[in-house]
This record gives sequence, structure tokens and C-alpha cells, in this order.
Amino acid sequence: MEKKEHIISILVHNKPDVLARIAGTLGGKGYNIESLSVNTTMQYEISKIVMTTVGTQETVNRIEGQLQRLVDVIQVDDLTNVESIHRELILVRLNLTAEKKEQVKKAVDTNKWKVIVSADTYIILEITGDQSQIDFALARLAPLGIADITRTGIIALNLEH
Amino acid sequence: MKLKGTQILLKALEEEKVDIIFGYPGGAVLDIYDQLYKSNMKHILVRHEQGAVHAADGYARSTGRVGVCLVTSGPGATNTVTGIATANMDSIPLVVFTGQVPTGLIGNDAFQECDITGITRPCTKHNFLVRNIEDLASTIKEAFHIARSGRPGPVLVDLPKNVMATETEYDPANIKIRNYEATYKPAPKKMANFFEMLNSAKKPLIMTGGGVILGKSSELLTGFARKYQIPVTGTLMGLGSFPGSDPLWLGMLGMHGTYYANMAISHCDLLLAVGVRFDDRVTGTIETFAANAKIVQIDIDPSSINKNVAVDLPIIGDTQAVLKDLIKFMDEHNYTYEKSQRQEWLAQLAEWKEKVPLTYCQNGKVIKPQFVIETLYKLTKGDAIITTEVGQHQMWTAQFFPFDKPNTFVTSGGLGTMGFGLPAAIGVKCAFPDKQVVDIAGDGSIQMNIQELATAAQYKINVKIVLLNNEFLGMPRQWQELFYEKRYSHTDMTYAPDFVKLAEAYNVVGLRATKPEEVETVLKEGLALDKPVLMDFRVSREECVYPMVHPGDSISNMSLGSREMIN
Repeated sequence: MEKKEHIISILVHNKPDVLARIAGTLGGKGYNIESLSVNTTMQYEISKIVMTTVGTQETVNRIEGQLQRLVDVIQVDDLTNVESIHRELILVRLNLTAEKKEQVKKAVDTNKWKVIVSADTYIILEITGDQSQIDFALARLAPLGIADITRTGIIALNLEH
Repeated sequence: MKLKGTQILLKALEEEKVDIIFGYPGGAVLDIYDQLYKSNMKHILVRHEQGAVHAADGYARSTGRVGVCLVTSGPGATNTVTGIATANMDSIPLVVFTGQVPTGLIGNDAFQECDITGITRPCTKHNFLVRNIEDLASTIKEAFHIARSGRPGPVLVDLPKNVMATETEYDPANIKIRNYEATYKPAPKKMANFFEMLNSAKKPLIMTGGGVILGKSSELLTGFARKYQIPVTGTLMGLGSFPGSDPLWLGMLGMHGTYYANMAISHCDLLLAVGVRFDDRVTGTIETFAANAKIVQIDIDPSSINKNVAVDLPIIGDTQAVLKDLIKFMDEHNYTYEKSQRQEWLAQLAEWKEKVPLTYCQNGKVIKPQFVIETLYKLTKGDAIITTEVGQHQMWTAQFFPFDKPNTFVTSGGLGTMGFGLPAAIGVKCAFPDKQVVDIAGDGSIQMNIQELATAAQYKINVKIVLLNNEFLGMPRQWQELFYEKRYSHTDMTYAPDFVKLAEAYNVVGLRATKPEEVETVLKEGLALDKPVLMDFRVSREECVYPMVHPGDSISNMSLGSREMIN
């Protein structure tokens, strides 16, 4: 069976250890978490975890089964096979060295990147998009010299319920 | 009513109708023990915390109720881990209370501090650290609910010392807990599917497992199998869920299953698997397991479906609810089966049974371990609760002691924990003081929790230990004989204590048999005594458990020992 990336959305009780339980369950059974995003929902007692993992449909079914066994897990959805939108966010610091300064400014204008901090010696950009858009941005950013970068896990939402 | 944490704990246990605790005190739980001193709660002081968990486990397996233990923080807590993992693998409901250092010291590497909720996360169904006194009563209630509901399992509750010393309002009528599991929904479509599958099956077979015992559905399953004349095989955990004396019973399947059970699995065209999880010791090579059959699986845990074996019709729900629906559906649709076809299948099974029965050869001057078990069965007429340790003696028990009733065979199936049988027997005997409770043990296993003889002696818990002493770690030795050209690397246990003297040192009666003709006499004497007794049977040293499916082989391909390999 074909291996591919799956995005799994998990609603959990916002209890101590809940992330450790999920990470431990998957790690202990030999499944890898590629990306992870966690926050509370509109209800503080309930959190949403969005994680991605690479595997066959069969493997992902097993992962779902293992997650559903956990007492703190309320609901598990594989968003891969339903219509859903995906977003990641990166924050990038670019140093404004004498030789790259103009190049950076030009790239920011051309790509309509959002500058959130602009200083004499550096700028910080905030870029969001789906995985391919982020990968595209990173390819453009690389030659400019990335001083530091941080990238969130994927978050996702299905179009209809 | 304002109460201290320690008082709330005991009140909450009364609410849960707990009648016995297996435990061991220490610094972090002395306040709780002080409260116990003032209460009427029965407490059994074990000699090692692992023993406390196995005893509570034995209590739970034999009664179907939640077993309870209480231990201190740090090493007290870590000593419970093997016991908890044992219960977790076999889905046994336990609540384990561990002491913890005061909340202010957690994380400081305090004396006897350890992160026991972290350590036991992968081997409990769920666990809790109670950080606030306000959460104590609801946490205990939730712990019991989680332990016994759904697919049961062990729950650990960690109790920091300062929390237990704090006061709060306690009102048992006003405790709300959340529900965590989906309720069972009847699926008439699936019943109809099953109906059709059974209708077209010529060689149906039932495989019963631990879920039938946990779901208290042995009677339903037995009635169903008898009514439609469907033969039954069982996993180790399923022994007792269908009467071992019934002609439809084929015995255990799997690595040390009977020839005819494994042949039935390989030839059946419909397999109804109830409360099983298709462990590798049961299936052999997955590709050839029940290769000719459509598989219907009834299980409460969706993650057990399609985990190891691809299933044609999964029915998710507790075995009792599903079997009830199934039987009702069959009745309403006046299901009948082709009698001549069934006769053909049953005749085939009978032929296999006759061709290769379970057997051994008791001749000469050396006691055969199987002979001891058969004699035990004969003398007790099967009216006993049997616990085992893990190894050859466990497999021989599964083969040569037929169990007619559920909850009468108490053994560590999934984890395979040596040292389980003696403390488990103590737990069983506490629940059933008038029943004959026998731990069938090996000389390796018994030494792993031998200290519990002191517990049995102190409380006059009159368990009987049938020690099949071959001065070897028998099962590893068997594998070394078969797969490592008899290189007996560190399995020789000749250097052992004199078990009779050891028993006597613990104030337990010690008896010994060295010749076949002494077996019955020793068993009779030991079983009749109103005292804990250890019976040391010096058995044939290099006896092997047969049939045996070699690891990684198909279960129809069995080695039968002195007889030839039969396909």
C-alpha cells in the first residue's frame, strides 16, 4: 500500500500529560510524528492537536485506533481523505548585510512577504501558506541568507463537517 | 462534611464496595496507613509490592471485580510496574494507589520520589496524579469507572503526601465524572451479514478469548455454540469460557495448542473470533492463519480489529451485548443449519482428535509433569481455581487441566510474567476462602516471588503450590534443545534451595514426591491440609511441551515430539 502524509486532527481533554500520552503511545508503537500543533479550542477544557505522520492507510488506521483507546481523547479525524485546508507559518530573520540589503528588499517586495519587524541590521518576516507555498518561500529565502527561522506544525481544517 | 484526604480515600473505597486491599506501607503513605489502622478495611501485607499487584490481579480475575493495591512512593511504586504491565496486557481491572512526595517537592529529586505516572503511562489504561484535594474524590471514582468499563485495565492514582493531609468537603452523592467511551450501538445489518455467512459455511469454528470472560458472556457463547453445534477452540486467556468437558471443545490453539484445534483453524471456512486479539503465539504465520476462512471478529476495542489479522466482518461491542443481539437475531429468523454438513465437519474433527490426542508417556521411575496435573484434576474433579506461573508448567496446565467455568484459570497470558502465580493465588484465596486454590508452578518462576509464602502463612491463606520441579528454566531449555543444539546457556537451575525446608522455614507445609507412585499420596495429603502447602514434585528434567508450532511457522505445521511432524 502506498505511503503518504496524513494529517490527523485530535480533540482531547486539556489535561496534564495529554500530549505526553499521545506522543508516548505513538512513539512506543513505532509511529513517527512529522509535525505537531497543539492549542486549546474555544473551550479551555478541550484542546485540538493536529499532527502529521507518513504511512500507509493501514498504518494510519492503526494509529487512529491506538489514539481512540486513550481516555483523554475525544475524537480523531484523518483530514487527508476529506477536503481540508492546511496552513503552516514561518518566522524568518534575515540579516541586512551591505551586499544583500538591496536584494532582500527587492525579494520582499516581489513576493509580498509580510515584514513584522524592520531594523537597521535585520528584518523579520511572517509567511503563511500550505506546505508547498512554504517550501517555495524557503527556496526563495535561502540565497538571501537566513539568520534564523522557526516553522510551526501544520494546522488544518476540513471544509464541511 | 469536611474530611482529610486519607479519610476521603477510605470513604471512597467503601463507596466502590472495596472489601480488601493488598499493600505495603512506607513513608509517603504512613498517613493513609494510620487511617487504615482506625478503619475496618481488610488489608493484606504482602512482602513485595509486585506481589501486591499480582494478588489484586488474582482477586480481579477470579471475581470479575476491581482489584486494589496501596504502596508507597519511589521504589514502592516502581516495584508495581511489572504487575501493572501484566494486568494491562490481559485487560484486568485494577486500581493501584501509590504514595508520592509532597507536591512542593515533586521535581526536586526528593527522597523516594519518582515520576510514577510517567513510568506507567504506557502500561496503564490511564493514570492520575492528584495535585489538589478537591480532585481526590472524583479522581478515585473516575479511576474505578475507567478500570472496569469498556476494555478493562489497570489505573494508577498517585497521591502526594500533603494532598492527603489536607481537608475538604466530601459529598459522595455529588461527584460527577465524565464518560469517556462510546456506547455500543446494535448493528442489525452486520447481524444479517453474519447470518448469511453462517448459512453458507460448511466448516464453522468459534475461537473464544479473554474478552468472553471479561464480558461475562461464557453462558451466552456456550449456549450459542451448542445450539448450532459449532466447535470451539480457545486462546490461553479464553480457557474456562467454554466448558473443557464439552464434546464441542477442541482445546487451546496456537503454539502449544492441540493438533485438532490448529487443524480446525487451518481448515475452517468461517471463524467467529470472540474477545480475542490474535496474539502471535496464537496465529503463527499470519499469512496461513485461517487462510480458508472468512473471519468475523467481535471485540470491544476497535484497535484490536485488523491489527494482526484481516477481518471480513468486524462487530465492535462488548461480547455480552453483541452475543445477545446475535442470538436474538438468529432466533427471530429461525436459523437452522444443514445437519448432515455439520456432521461431516464434526466427524473430521473427531478423526483428528483420535489421530493425535494430547498425550505423554508416564512410564519408568521418573514423574512426568503432565501426570501430576492430570492427577490434580482427578483429585479435585476440576473443582478448583488454578493459577500458574509462566513457562512449560503453564502450557501443560492449559493442555491437561480442562476448565469448565470462567474465572477459574488465572494466568499471565500477554506479558508472561514469571512469579505471578503465588501472589495471584493469594488474591484468589482471599476472595474464595472456601475454594481449593492451587498455584501450579515451576522451580524458576516460584523463586521470583517466593517471599509471598510469608504472606500466606501470616494470614493463613491456605493456597496450595504444586511445584513441577525439573531443575531447569524449562521453556528456554526446550528452545535451546530444539533451536540451539542443546547448548543450555544459563537455564540449569540445579543450584536451588531445598523447597521443602524453605517452605517449613516460612511456616508453610512442605511435601515432596520423587516417584510416580507418590504423586497421588502427596497431592491428597497436601490438598486435604487446612494450611498453605508447597508440594515439590521432582519431575522429568528434559520433558518438552508438545505439540509445538515453531516460531514463525504456520500453525498447521506442528512438531509432535517423539512422533513425526504431521502436516
